[in-house]
Amino acid sequence: MLIVGLLALSASVVRADDTVTLSLAIKDHQFDPAEVHAPAGKPIAFQVKNLGSAAAEFESSALHFEKVIAAGAEAVVHVRPLEPGRYKFFDDFHRATEGFLIVP
Amino acid sequence: MLPTLVIVFREVFEAGLIVGIIMAVTSGVAARGRWVAGGIAAGVFGACLVAVFTGGLSELFGGSGQELFNACILGFAVLMLGWHNVWMARHGRELAAEMREAGAAVAAGSKSLAALAVVVAIAVLREGSEVVLFLYGVAAAAGGAGVGMLIGGAIGLALGALVCLLAYRGLITIPTRYLFAVTSTLITLLAAGMAAQAIAFLEQAGLLTVWGQTVWDTSWILSDESILGRALHTLIGYVDQPTAMQLVSYTATLAVIAVLMKLFAVRPAPQPRAA
Repeated sequence: MLIVGLLALSASVVRADDTVTLSLAIKDHQFDPAEVHAPAGKPIAFQVKNLGSAAAEFESSALHFEKVIAAGAEAVVHVRPLEPGRYKFFDDFHRATEGFLIVP
Repeated sequence: MLPTLVIVFREVFEAGLIVGIIMAVTSGVAARGRWVAGGIAAGVFGACLVAVFTGGLSELFGGSGQELFNACILGFAVLMLGWHNVWMARHGRELAAEMREAGAAVAAGSKSLAALAVVVAIAVLREGSEVVLFLYGVAAAAGGAGVGMLIGGAIGLALGALVCLLAYRGLITIPTRYLFAVTSTLITLLAAGMAAQAIAFLEQAGLLTVWGQTVWDTSWILSDESILGRALHTLIGYVDQPTAMQLVSYTATLAVIAVLMKLFAVRPAPQPRAA
């Protein structure tokens, strides 16, 4: 319990920094927007709303995350600072649903 | 039907590898079937609970409740696996001797079995909750559980269970005198992999940012997403782009378990056995 408390506390500290937040929605098995942009070298947070009727697994192997988002739920996923590139993310439960993060 | 088959197989496959190893680790111990079955049942029940509450869970701690939950249960599994290995290093020989003598395991063996049953439950819970959420989504989209979904799920489950059986069968062909060394190594690697995975969840939650740089990228040789990559990920914690912190936690877990096993393996002069 103490550890969880400390983690929660440190979370509020960590999140006060220069994290770039990217908002996404999943609707009708599509990401909206399907392409997002973020600067290189900065921590990134995806804020994802699942507006569909099915659970989605928001995942990216290139960005190292996977997270199940229940229908109607909202979730945050943090990503380490990135080098320039084009990174794919997808819904692992519906593989045709994909989008890209562009880091110029 | 096919997506259901693939998803169910993939998750059952990952949990099945762990169950297979644990069945092999406990082979010859009386009542282990009951403990492992109990672990699976608890895991399935837990998976349903997690699936039901997943929306609320993920909204805790600023949207990172799911990661914290996963990191905590993985950390707990690491402790259980480590504890089992240390316990076996101390009592394994004696346990084996008694089994030969009496043809049955001593009651003390069940302590260690309980720890492994917890690991089984955690593995089933983690993979199972994804299956439940996925199937629920499919059923919701179709307005009910379709025949295709049921058939796909059943085939996926059967194939996954087959993997579990193969892992078990493969391991128990190892001669008894090497089996202990092999399974101890497997359990230690399993624990180290889970520790690194717990770290990944904390990184994903944004709670851990130190040593977050990628150390290497072997995704062009063996991707995390391939079947072999997934199997190695489950078994030995293979990650194609690990962060420095993951690597440190992996190595530290290996080292700590190995050192504790060495320390506790030295037995004092024979004493009356305590349960």
